Amino acid sequence: MSAAAELARRHRWRWWEALPWLAALGYFFAFPNYLAFGTQVLVTILFALSLDLVLGYAGIVTLGHAAFFGAGAYTVGMMALHLGWNEPLSGLAAAALVAGATGLASGLVLLRTQGLALLMLTLCTMALLEQAANMGAAWTGGFDGMPGLSFGRILGLFGFDVLYYRSQYLYALALLFACFLIVRTLVYSSFGQSLTGIRENLLRMHAVGAPVRTRQVIAYTVSAALAGVAGALFAQANGYVNLAVLGLDRSAGVMIVLILGGYGRLYGAFVGAIAYMALEHVLATAYPTAWQLGVGLTLVAVALFARNGLIGIVDALRRLAGRAAGSPR
Amino acid sequence: MDLSSLISILLGGMAAGMVLFIVSVGLSVTMGLMGFVNLAHGAFAMLGGYAVVFAMNHWGLPFPAALALGFVAVAAVSLVLERLLYAPLYRATELDQVLLTIGLTFAITAAVTLGVGPETQTVVLPEWLSGQTDLGFLQYRTYSLVVIVAGCALMLALWLGFERTRIGARIRAAVDNRRMAQSMGVDVARLFSLTFALGSGLAAVGGGLGAEILGLDPQYPLRYLAYFLIVVAVGGLGRISGVFFAAILIGILDFVLKINFPKGGTLFIYALALVLLLARPQGLFGRRSA
Repeated sequence: MSAAAELARRHRWRWWEALPWLAALGYFFAFPNYLAFGTQVLVTILFALSLDLVLGYAGIVTLGHAAFFGAGAYTVGMMALHLGWNEPLSGLAAAALVAGATGLASGLVLLRTQGLALLMLTLCTMALLEQAANMGAAWTGGFDGMPGLSFGRILGLFGFDVLYYRSQYLYALALLFACFLIVRTLVYSSFGQSLTGIRENLLRMHAVGAPVRTRQVIAYTVSAALAGVAGALFAQANGYVNLAVLGLDRSAGVMIVLILGGYGRLYGAFVGAIAYMALEHVLATAYPTAWQLGVGLTLVAVALFARNGLIGIVDALRRLAGRAAGSPR
Repeated sequence: MDLSSLISILLGGMAAGMVLFIVSVGLSVTMGLMGFVNLAHGAFAMLGGYAVVFAMNHWGLPFPAALALGFVAVAAVSLVLERLLYAPLYRATELDQVLLTIGLTFAITAAVTLGVGPETQTVVLPEWLSGQTDLGFLQYRTYSLVVIVAGCALMLALWLGFERTRIGARIRAAVDNRRMAQSMGVDVARLFSLTFALGSGLAAVGGGLGAEILGLDPQYPLRYLAYFLIVVAVGGLGRISGVFFAAILIGILDFVLKINFPKGGTLFIYALALVLLLARPQGLFGRRSA
């Protein structure tokens, strides 16, 4: 197959792309008692997916992605608490707007820099928001956050299921699917192609006259809006918001999830979030410290040996198997 | 506000600034030398702090000896880590370096929690360091004064070493232009190992000296990472005097702001760092890199 034909075909859906969604639906029926956990996994997938757009595709290394997650979470939280606005879908839209605007504003100034300065600036932006949330206690609840938030019916039809999380799970799943479609379309468009170009060779993209900064800022903004949706979902599903949504822990956590799954590939966020959260669910409650030790050592190993994450390992094995099958002739 | 309280505020800020300087200076040099993003530097400082506290409380070593022990132990550990883990990633992307060093930070934090426990360590200062000293016009905490003097002495020693010795000249050459220095026969990799160990050792001393001021618990690296990085970024990569002034500036600012706005003092530090870095990405005292 020629390279041009390969390129023209790569956006088409393949049969196995239906599997994750079928599995997610299957989970809904198979584990009705674990849907709260399932919802957390879906939120994490969405958050990691948004990070993939900037980190994996645009190649912008950020330590402050939780800033947008937090912006979204605090937006719906404050709207519900102070304005009495608790319709979930419009809350999500507002969260996406606020987080997107934050991403646009910070991206416009931050993305002029690169390297250490960029890393620092993303960290500072997040720390700034965290401190602001800590300070503005009258609005944000300060250190204690906003516990006991309640949300209305989705579109006035489906109420949140306090005990079994059924509606939360389906709601999160539907939103994840919608956001995934956006990301998938973006990534396979010529826009996504030029993002990859910027990641791979910044100098050459400048040389061919691509509007590098504009594209980076757009990717950063879209990613921020998606992260905001993830944060808002988190707040709506759990019914609380606190400072932990804005910390370095969360930024590093989502990065770990994405790296573990494999960045710069659409399904890395899925694999990473499921693997990480399932392990965390089993281990972290019993041995929290050992779990942190394991995460740290895994990261070290991933950085040194497996830069493409779990999916990368599967890919490498498949190539190896293919070579073994093709070689004897 | 009268003069003596102004001076006492300045001294308090200076003491915190000196701790920041001692911890961050190694980070600045190693980042400038290799462009390696070492987020685990704060963890080295914490290890040093624990080593010092442990040596004093369990082995009864005097404070200076405990500091020296912390320096040697952490320098040795960091040298091993550098050869094993950092060296393979010198040419890797920034992301891989971030992953490695964040992972290392997590692992060290967890290991300390497992080994020692999550509680805050108390530093018992020796007799001659606790109490007040009469400066003639005001009484001030002896320990803070000692930290300030130690920081200034260290600054002087580092400056002399940097500006007046052959090794210092090599480091400066390599920071300015690594490839050129390499072509002139400077073994940059060895130079890096050396400065890495030295910098980590200094971080350990900073961790030990600062334990009484900043506190010491397993969350230390994550809590202060942003501060160390801000000091380095504002001071400019590989500039010892830049780091010195940046650390004092941030130490004093932080101290003053925390007194006047106890709830949100750090907010201004971050905002200031943001503005500074946007205006001068190479740092307040750094030169525009080639």
